[in-house]
Amino acid sequence: MTDMSYAPTRTQSPTTKLVLRFVLYILLALFALFYLMPLFVMITTSLKSLDEIRTGDLVSLPREVTFDAWRTAWSSACTGIQCEGVRPYFLNSLLIAIPAVLISTIIGALNGYVVAQWKFKGANIFFALLLFGCFIPFQVVLLPMAIVLGKLGISGTIPGLIFVHVIYGLGFTTLFFRNYYVSIPSELTKAAMIDGAGFFRIFWSIFMPLSLPIIVVSVIWQFTQIWNDFLFGVSFSQAGTQPVTVALNNIVNSTTGVKEYNVDMAAAIIAALPTLLVYVVAGKYFIRGLTAGSVKG
Amino acid sequence: MARWLQDNMPKIVLAPSFIAVMVFVYGFIGWTAWVSLTRSRLMPRYQIDSFIQYGRLADSPRFETAMENLAIFGTLFIVIAMVLGLLLAILLDQKIRTEGAIRTIYLYPMALSMIVTGTAWKWILNPELGIEATVKGWGFANFEFKWLVDPDMAIYTVVLAAVWQSSGFVMALFLAGLRSVDEEIIKAAQVDGIPTWRVYSAIIIPSMAPIFLSAFIVLAHLAIKAFDLVIALTGGGPGYATDLPATYMYAMAFSRGDIGQAASSAMVMMLVVFTIVVPYLYSELRTKDD
Repeated sequence: MTDMSYAPTRTQSPTTKLVLRFVLYILLALFALFYLMPLFVMITTSLKSLDEIRTGDLVSLPREVTFDAWRTAWSSACTGIQCEGVRPYFLNSLLIAIPAVLISTIIGALNGYVVAQWKFKGANIFFALLLFGCFIPFQVVLLPMAIVLGKLGISGTIPGLIFVHVIYGLGFTTLFFRNYYVSIPSELTKAAMIDGAGFFRIFWSIFMPLSLPIIVVSVIWQFTQIWNDFLFGVSFSQAGTQPVTVALNNIVNSTTGVKEYNVDMAAAIIAALPTLLVYVVAGKYFIRGLTAGSVKG
Repeated sequence: MARWLQDNMPKIVLAPSFIAVMVFVYGFIGWTAWVSLTRSRLMPRYQIDSFIQYGRLADSPRFETAMENLAIFGTLFIVIAMVLGLLLAILLDQKIRTEGAIRTIYLYPMALSMIVTGTAWKWILNPELGIEATVKGWGFANFEFKWLVDPDMAIYTVVLAAVWQSSGFVMALFLAGLRSVDEEIIKAAQVDGIPTWRVYSAIIIPSMAPIFLSAFIVLAHLAIKAFDLVIALTGGGPGYATDLPATYMYAMAFSRGDIGQAASSAMVMMLVVFTIVVPYLYSELRTKDD
């Protein structure tokens, strides 16, 4: 729509146009390099031996490709006194993320369904309160949450972290579903009620079949948030229940022994792989989640 | 009974979430606000004792640095990410054949954890083996680049990494905005011979004001919450040169055992968010009701 061919020819000769296009592509390529460079450096560094790293060239390809750093990062790198690599923590992250994503998405779907289709006095106030909860800096709830988790007997456990992620994920999941269901005409619900269908029946047979796209958005958003979380992970876990982001940070900042930059990089890539994979496979939905979270409907 | 259940089902379904929000969001904010007015140290105490903790914050050079850093980091991060995001969106809006691929490349950092981003940049900016060694290796023997360990410059490495991570997202927001501008107006302007840059500066960009606002809110929010990135990239150092209110709060809560300071610094963060987000949410919700 901003095609230059709309512009009158007297302002741009074919040569200037060609030069402009050329400059444009050069600029785009330079920016692409800027965004790709850290990933490139991470991958190449992880495939080099420590000796090669010490001779110091960030951007050169490895002279000799070795997967030793990957093996170490996965199964024997030290996160403090323990030296089991990121594997157990990777597993922890899965054990936290999968239930938390499912539970918060299901509750969010039901909440969104009520707020959008079963309007009653106070439903909008609830939604506003919930929405504001998305914006609070979590530092403001860290201390009381630590106490409550202790009282519930789940502090430092994986169920405790699942609980925290479900609670503070509800705002966004409700928002996604509410905005999606609000565009479905309420006559549909009314007609179904006249036909004798109840609350859950309408949800299950009418709304669920329409909801696949928004379920995908919600699942991807929640998974990315929870997998990448560090603040809750570092505050509410203990040795053995830490998620992979906390383990990665511990590996990188562990002060014992020789600094193994290649292991750090391999561990970082491992920690990034699940969300990167989700992004590559379902980027469209990832972006929809991002924009839905910022441009409120 | 069944009838009552049927009628009240929506409320029953909403009730647990409502209680959860009232307790775990608003109740907890209230708790933190209360404790920020006490002399709590290692354990929370509930005896209110004026604004002593806020006085301690005001006297703390470390917290002063943290607030200064938030101002520097927040301003630079928001401005650079917005300008870069807008520039990238405009460049990509010129009927680029490989747009999909380029967009994917610009946006992928947003899928990464801040800890991964921090780890990667920490290595790239490593004063001995990172960029410095690489450029030296190219024959510039006197090249120096030690921002990461320079107390005056380290905060700018946080800006760099944060911009790298988030500018692609701003681009995606702006690109969607550019695409939603009425094409007829643009065509009419171009038929009138108005140059492309004027079309952008006078027609397209002004019509995207709501998107600027959204981008600003999201970036401001990211800036105030930035915690993991600082932890992974600089650890708040050298010394506490790159401390932010978020890292200050965490240090007070979990390593210094100073709950009063943790609570009051959290409330300061809360206030900063409040002043930015409340007017925005208020206007958003109001326009919805109209």
